[in-house]
Amino acid sequence: MVRPLPFGTIGATEGRASRERMATSDLIDRRAPARHGTYPWLTGFVLTMAAIVLLPVLSLGLVALSGSSDIWPHLIENVLPRAALTTLALLVMVALGAAIIGVVTAWLVVVFDFPMRKTLSWALVLPLAVPPYLAAYGFAEFFHYSGPVQSLIRSAFGFQTIHDYWFPDIRSTGGAALVLTAVLYPYVYLTTRVIFLMQGRNIGDVARTLGARPGKVFLRVLLPVTRPAIIAGVALVLMETVNDIGASEYLGVRTLTFSVYSTWLNRGSLEGGAQVALIILALVIVLLFLEQQSRKRQRFHNNRGTQLHAHNPRIRLVGWRRWAAMAITTSPIMLGFGIPVFVFAQYASRRLDQFVTPELGKAFLTSLSTATATSLITVAIALVLINAVRMTRSSSMAMLVRIASLGYALPGGILGLGLFIALTRFDNTLDRFLRAEFDISTGLLVSGSAAAVVLGCTIRFLALAEGAVRSGMEKLPPHLEEAARNLGRTPVQSAFSIVLPLLHPAILTAMVLVFVDTVKELSATILLRPFGFNTLATFVYEQASRSAPQDGAAAALVIIATAMVPVIILSNALARDREASL
Amino acid sequence: MRRTRFVQFAALAMVSTMSTAALADGQVNVYTYRQPELIKPVLDAFTAKTGIATEVLFLDKGLEERVASEGENSPADVIMTVDISRLTAAKEKGITQPLVDETVNANISPEYRDPDGDWFGLTKRARVIYASKDRVSQTEITYAELADPKWKGKICMRSGQHDYNLALFSAAIEHWGVEKTEEWMKGLKANLARKPNGGDRPQAGAIAAGECDIALGNTYYVGLMRNNEKDPKEKEWGNAINVLFPTFTETGGSHVNISGVALAKYAPNKDNAVKLIEFLSGHEAQQIYAEKNYEYPVEPGLEPSPTVKAFGELKADTLSLADIAKNRKAASEMVDRVGLDDGPNS
Repeated sequence: MVRPLPFGTIGATEGRASRERMATSDLIDRRAPARHGTYPWLTGFVLTMAAIVLLPVLSLGLVALSGSSDIWPHLIENVLPRAALTTLALLVMVALGAAIIGVVTAWLVVVFDFPMRKTLSWALVLPLAVPPYLAAYGFAEFFHYSGPVQSLIRSAFGFQTIHDYWFPDIRSTGGAALVLTAVLYPYVYLTTRVIFLMQGRNIGDVARTLGARPGKVFLRVLLPVTRPAIIAGVALVLMETVNDIGASEYLGVRTLTFSVYSTWLNRGSLEGGAQVALIILALVIVLLFLEQQSRKRQRFHNNRGTQLHAHNPRIRLVGWRRWAAMAITTSPIMLGFGIPVFVFAQYASRRLDQFVTPELGKAFLTSLSTATATSLITVAIALVLINAVRMTRSSSMAMLVRIASLGYALPGGILGLGLFIALTRFDNTLDRFLRAEFDISTGLLVSGSAAAVVLGCTIRFLALAEGAVRSGMEKLPPHLEEAARNLGRTPVQSAFSIVLPLLHPAILTAMVLVFVDTVKELSATILLRPFGFNTLATFVYEQASRSAPQDGAAAALVIIATAMVPVIILSNALARDREASL
Repeated sequence: MRRTRFVQFAALAMVSTMSTAALADGQVNVYTYRQPELIKPVLDAFTAKTGIATEVLFLDKGLEERVASEGENSPADVIMTVDISRLTAAKEKGITQPLVDETVNANISPEYRDPDGDWFGLTKRARVIYASKDRVSQTEITYAELADPKWKGKICMRSGQHDYNLALFSAAIEHWGVEKTEEWMKGLKANLARKPNGGDRPQAGAIAAGECDIALGNTYYVGLMRNNEKDPKEKEWGNAINVLFPTFTETGGSHVNISGVALAKYAPNKDNAVKLIEFLSGHEAQQIYAEKNYEYPVEPGLEPSPTVKAFGELKADTLSLADIAKNRKAASEMVDRVGLDDGPNS
């Protein structure tokens, strides 16, 4: 059956999708004029959702406007030029790194056969389970003077001191780019692998029968076909890079996000910090818009005929090539997963007692339930939003939905604070009203409960769910739904009976991505949580007191293990779906 | 199958997301920038002695904003934090209330508490020099000397934008004025061995590795490293350095910062909160702070732990803490202007 992209396209166009749909469904449309009227309740729901999701941004906007602009001369003169350059360099390096690793590994595991290919094809997703701030610590330890790499170099070459040889410093912009690339490339790997599975071998085979070598097929045929998927994956990678503070701060890299925090915390101006954060957000929107414009004329045809093709054999690699393929696909896993796990396992082995503390068990359950609740709610909202766009075919609705997922580009701490300010305002107003009218006190109804955390993570990660569901939806052949409508189903009925079941892989993808990111989430959670509420991530942070992350080693490993399970399930499910249908 | 599992998960999710608002009698709610690990021993001792339970909420940023926006409904009774500027910021944001309490005032000498009683220092920490045992022979040093070209390529430090360094630079501004401090900071920058990064402990690690000879750091980290039984590496780092107490020549004292406590403005359990603050300033808690955290107690006459005592005599700078706190913004801007965090080669 039809399979959607695992996820998608922060930057894909509604316009393109609907034009495509219009084009393919013209015939049907003329015979049975589409009955897409207005749905006031649906519009109302979408507006409400958009308002809730925009709460942090709006509340930060108010904060930003309430302050003066006196921070700007200093920022412009001394901070922003360098921070912008650093951020740009980081983004370019991470985008290139993640794209190259993601695409090359996906191509290798789909098109070729070599030893351990099956294992490697799901293991390549593992680094997604490692939070960037833990990876940064792991890398810093691993490549430190007293770490295993430099110790080996010293003993191998007989060096005595640090001044006898040169070794690149991991605490640098390049180092931060390496760390972020190593844990974020799976986004690109996941998106492109599905496209390769859908189209790669068939198109590739055509080119090969025409005499092209595999390398040429890759560059001239496959790369252009997968471009939208690569861009979709890279867009996620870039958003995560922009909002990162944990890894870059630990590695001493002063990005724009760092200047948000230093303005707020060190120069005592939350208003100024909010101003900088919103300007970064505006830049992200402009980038997304430009990217969208650049692809407007591109048509991406989903060749549904491939489903009927027989399973094409992979190209079996022989000689040194098989070992090269193995080495290339193994090294990113070693980097993004192996190094952090190695470092934390070493520390945890000296703290085995930490694994059996009741606090760790409780934090695990809290993480599990928070992430489950968040992913269910987020995906449900995404489904309704996307369906609303599909049913109303309104471009302003589409715009609204896109705006609703802006939270992803904001740094978690500042998003959390924006939301908290809005929630307490609501809570206190309600409390005052109820006290005055009915003598009941509701206190901090939402902001004092774990609902605030779930809401914060929902807002933060809606973009992931929305992108995954939307790209799944775009791959659905419109005629199926049209057929249902012609047979007398209402749009709502056809949404439930036809669209939802077909979207199953996209929904699974959305749920897993939101689940995993919620398990890893730290900076919004720590600010929004009530008393006694510890997720694994906040627990690690609490234990890692006074800049000693090794003290949280046990919990760090549990985070990675918890995020690992759904990631593997997802990777396998997506591959199995394709393999079975090819 | 899948569906029932979802239902189970959802049910579990609902149950565990129920609010655990902590407003019952016989307890006190603590909002803290200090990690629970650090204050747990003291709070446990408090509960053991008084029977009053403690609820702790740890935040890494935005604590003042959170309490301020919670307003009258805030469950916070007591606010605990490190760094003097955080304490004065809490007072300025109007989230604290003055406390005039004989016991507390008797326990803490006036220079370590707010004149109005809006905050109280509980422990002291000095910003000192970690010096390589192998390569640094001098036993005395001044802060001014850090700009001396004789240290070129030999100094390590964490980010200049970190609280602890900002407080030190604020003190320097108070002593020397902006212009002279900025010259000094340029000299310090030129002497750095590498771009500022990491926490205070890795600076000792860098000295052990031979990357630099001296580093800026807080006193208690040395105690923590030297007594770290879990990571032999840290013990090595702690033993590779000597602690030198640098001085401002103007006063002959070392820069001292505090960790402290404040009574929240709308504390719902005010009586218990006051009991907690009294306890924290008292002998038993002060002793725990000294022994477990290697901090200097504020209690006059109480000795620090043997490890800390071995560093030598601490003579604290006599600048008022409030004067230090007010220079923070100027210090932060200066760090950006000088480009201290960009490292020596820029």
